[in-house]
Amino acid sequence: MKILVGYKRVVDYNVRIQVKPDGSGVVTEGVKLSANPFDDIALEEALRLREKGIAEEVIIVGIGPADLTAHLRNGLAMGANRAIHVQTSEAIQPLTAARTFLKLVEKEQPGLVILGKQAIDDDANQTGQMLAALWDRPQATFAGKVEIADGKATVTREVDAGLEVIEAELPAVITTDLRLNEPRFIKLPDIMKAKSKPIDVVDFASLGVDAADHVKVTHYAAPPKRSKGVMVKDAAELVAALKSKGLL
Amino acid sequence: MSKILVIAEHLDGKLNGATARAVSAAQAVKPDAIDVIVLADAPDAIAAEAAKIDGVTKVLTVARAENAHALAAIYAPQIAKAAAGYTHVFAPSTTFGKDLAPRVAALLGVAQVSDVMTVEGSHSFKRPIYAGNAIVTVDVPADQTVVATIRTASWPAAASTGSAPVEALTVDATLPTHTRFVELHQGKSDRPDLQGAPKVVSGGRGVGSKENFEIIYKFADKIGAAVGASRAAVDAGYVPNEMQVGQTGKIIAPELYIAVGISGAIQHLTGIKDAGTIVAINKDGEAPIFEIADIGLVGDLFKILPELEQAL
Ligand SMILES: Cc1cc2nc3c(=O)[nH]c(=O)nc-3n(C[C@H](O)[C@H](O)[C@H](O)COP(=O)(O)OP(=O)(O)OC[C@H]3O[C@@H](n4cnc5c(N)ncnc54)[C@H](O)[C@@H]3O)c2cc1C
Ligand SMILES: Nc1ncnc2c1ncn2[C@@H]1O[C@H](COP(=O)(O)O)[C@@H](O)[C@H]1O
Repeated sequence: MKILVGYKRVVDYNVRIQVKPDGSGVVTEGVKLSANPFDDIALEEALRLREKGIAEEVIIVGIGPADLTAHLRNGLAMGANRAIHVQTSEAIQPLTAARTFLKLVEKEQPGLVILGKQAIDDDANQTGQMLAALWDRPQATFAGKVEIADGKATVTREVDAGLEVIEAELPAVITTDLRLNEPRFIKLPDIMKAKSKPIDVVDFASLGVDAADHVKVTHYAAPPKRSKGVMVKDAAELVAALKSKGLL
Repeated sequence: MSKILVIAEHLDGKLNGATARAVSAAQAVKPDAIDVIVLADAPDAIAAEAAKIDGVTKVLTVARAENAHALAAIYAPQIAKAAAGYTHVFAPSTTFGKDLAPRVAALLGVAQVSDVMTVEGSHSFKRPIYAGNAIVTVDVPADQTVVATIRTASWPAAASTGSAPVEALTVDATLPTHTRFVELHQGKSDRPDLQGAPKVVSGGRGVGSKENFEIIYKFADKIGAAVGASRAAVDAGYVPNEMQVGQTGKIIAPELYIAVGISGAIQHLTGIKDAGTIVAINKDGEAPIFEIADIGLVGDLFKILPELEQAL
């Protein structure tokens, strides 16, 4: 079985995001970019399934600009067999990303697609669910544990009420939560090896996916700031402060 | 002319409070009608609760054995059918709504707006990106059905004094059998629900162990608070996952939030931005949590919490 993995590049989670003063966007020039943390987890899970003999091939997919190559090389160094780079200079919204993944799914016929539960730039949390709908296949979102056997995935999902277990017949879409696994570190020799692994560059326009923006972002603003409050010196003062606010 | 369909969230025959918050957001659109749809195997009791939410025009029930568990693959085709004639479909931005709404949107061939914080117009909304570090205004094309999840911490629950009519609805949708519910392990607790509680006490890595977390529970019980945690505390196995507060956990807006042994990482803070008063207890006076706390106290939590109980 093949596994297709979403491997998006985003602003690193440690970067303090600055909104441009004119409200046209956030500052991305010169900031550190990394793999979406949930996508590193998705890739790790796929690699483990390959190591267990459940999958033969792990293919990472990045939809983005020409300079995505270095990012995809990281995923290859982590252990993916090959990469598909759907090249476009435009930012892609989740519905478009899902339609793009569907095209790749039709071509590659994977048994499993593993995406992150959300990209930490748009925080949309949509692409996996949309792909599953368009593909008419099961979705197991927010996965904290995945077991594959007898043509189905048994997935433990992290939901508000606790942990939900569902069964999904393959092929299926799984989206990862943070506790699914801890991604491995890339080792130096693997970086060398990754240089010879194939990256298949596909022009986004050639896929025939409707690329119209489905929603328009008209303005960016900094969030309202919470100001620094007061410090109290001991428990008694804290209790008094809370009582005076009517909170205790 | 807007008509809004709000998807009811429920568990064990009870309506989830997030539904009334989604109704609040629907009211902000000033629509001609707000209908709540309840998909369940036995929807009557849930529908009766939904019928009381102020602002609801009517409650639609879809009773089917397949609807016993909230599986998006099963619910989505039914919602997509039921959405005909509506300009908006809203669901709460809980794990239930986040799982379901994108699947509905894709079936309708439209985009989905996640985590609506404010309604600027019938097709214009504000929502957070980058873990709440930027707020964007997004416009949905006027001719498209708006499918959105509602950031529950941004909206009060609509009151429960209404009495809307309840109607049974039959939707003609073929349901897949490829996805099956197996079981749900629920954290059972007599404490208030984290997502709706007016007071929350959360513990972080500083608490140190599962056993030590008792000190957090004890203090929370003393003041009638719900208990939450940072991701580090969940990852370390001190508490179960449903207690996580933050970007990838629960987004909450209690009147009082007490963070104990939590450093204040951006991903945690994004979950408590809307809290009324934030109190931080941390032994490190330089911890970033103090930059946003309304009241800070530097010291060892194992010393301070017992003292607090004493001082109550
Ligand atoms: C994509 C992504 C999503 C994330 N989502 C979330 C999320 O939803 N929620 C979340 O919380 N985190 C999330 N995180 C993790 C986040 O970045 C932090 O790692 C985490 O919040 C740290 O938890 P903590 O404050 O408990 O631990 P630490 O940062 O280790 O802080 C522990 C604090 O305890 C204090 N302390 C220690 N001992 C004592 C004592 N005896 N008395 C008083 N104080 C003491 C220390 O001074 C320290 O400040 C996410 C990270 C990523 C990458
Ligand atoms: N441009 C992209 N390139 C690769 N994967 C993507 C892209 N956009 C979305 N994805 C996948 O979809 C997941 C969810 O993204 P989102 O719905 O935008 O929050 C991500 O974690 C990725 O796995």
